[in-house]
Amino acid sequence: MAVLTGNASSGKTDLQPENYRFLQDCVYKESGIVIDSDKHYLLEARLMPVVKKQQLTSLNDLCNLLRATRTPDLRRQVVEAMTTHETLFFRDPAQYDALRTVLLPQLIEQRRALRSLSFWSAASSSGQEAYSLAMLLREMGLGDWSIRIVGTDLSEQILDRARAGKFLQIEVNRGLPVSYLVKYFNRQGLDWQLKEEVRRMVTFQKLDLRDNLRQLGAFDVVFCRNVLIYFDQQTKKRILEQLRGALAPGGHLLLGGAETGVSAVDWFERVSIGQAVLYRAR
Amino acid sequence: MLKAMVIDDSRAMRMILARTLAELGYEVFQAANGKEAIETLEGAAEGVSLILVDWNMPEMNGLSFVRKLRADQRFHGVKLMMVTTETQVEQMMTALEAGANEYVMKPFTREIIEDKLRLLGVLQ
Repeated sequence: MAVLTGNASSGKTDLQPENYRFLQDCVYKESGIVIDSDKHYLLEARLMPVVKKQQLTSLNDLCNLLRATRTPDLRRQVVEAMTTHETLFFRDPAQYDALRTVLLPQLIEQRRALRSLSFWSAASSSGQEAYSLAMLLREMGLGDWSIRIVGTDLSEQILDRARAGKFLQIEVNRGLPVSYLVKYFNRQGLDWQLKEEVRRMVTFQKLDLRDNLRQLGAFDVVFCRNVLIYFDQQTKKRILEQLRGALAPGGHLLLGGAETGVSAVDWFERVSIGQAVLYRAR
Repeated sequence: MLKAMVIDDSRAMRMILARTLAELGYEVFQAANGKEAIETLEGAAEGVSLILVDWNMPEMNGLSFVRKLRADQRFHGVKLMMVTTETQVEQMMTALEAGANEYVMKPFTREIIEDKLRLLGVLQ
């Protein structure tokens, strides 16, 4: 969720300036995501399918409809279209190496008696991050532990995809070791279906990161990759504080590669493991 | 400079993969089938550390090439990745058992190749 990627050029569209500001405002209110002033191309690319679905002809018409009707469903469609879902299996291998070689062995040692671990993929999108973790845990012999992996996202549509655990060839081609593909997936026509033994390790639920996050419980590791950079400074700080509250003592937060400069010093200690940077709860 | 080889009977496919690897800093050798590749590896391409190989080719197919290469101690450390239209799980398992390190299904994107090379530890 919440990731406005792509080279948002300042391509000219016929979107009127007041409507651009209206869409900025609408997306910010609904999701907390800040759309900069030079993303005309991105707005057009993402929202024209919504325009067509509503049988309209332009983004200006869409704005008029949004103003006139206040239909929650239409606002939801706009927000979901503006939040990209690009994700891949084992994105940033250095972080998974850090998990495999240092963090998980430490946690296994600490929880040898309890045999229980919990993880949160805080912008799970279509589930690749949460499922990558589930597969890694199985590979490390934790298949019979009590494992809780929660994936959350703003978009119900993308969560439905995540729950299904069915992926396109191009998705399993990217970042997923072929040894995992043959072990944990079944081919179904042109798609690849994740096996039940992995799917059942993960639950998905809708969540806005700006809401109260304590409802989820305490986690040993939280993934919140490439999300915070799209919030304004104040929202980012509030979410970081909440993420700290959602971590068990000594738990770790994993941010995206572009977020290593996040000033998380108040609540986290920066830890380097190999090429990866992690944040340990103080 | 690190050396790589692309083996595919399609000239266009060789060119695409060779260009990608060259942009990633490799000196790239090319061969149209497994037999030609073995001959090239014995000569000019000595020191190749990464090979991308198609499955279906005349003379010697990709699977036979992988088996032949893995039987030769001199090429023990070479990273081998199959890049093929074959998409059955059984074929992937066969390729892995033969000694392939990774597997890419065609069609692919540059990002897919780069991500797989990261998995192989040959790209940061």
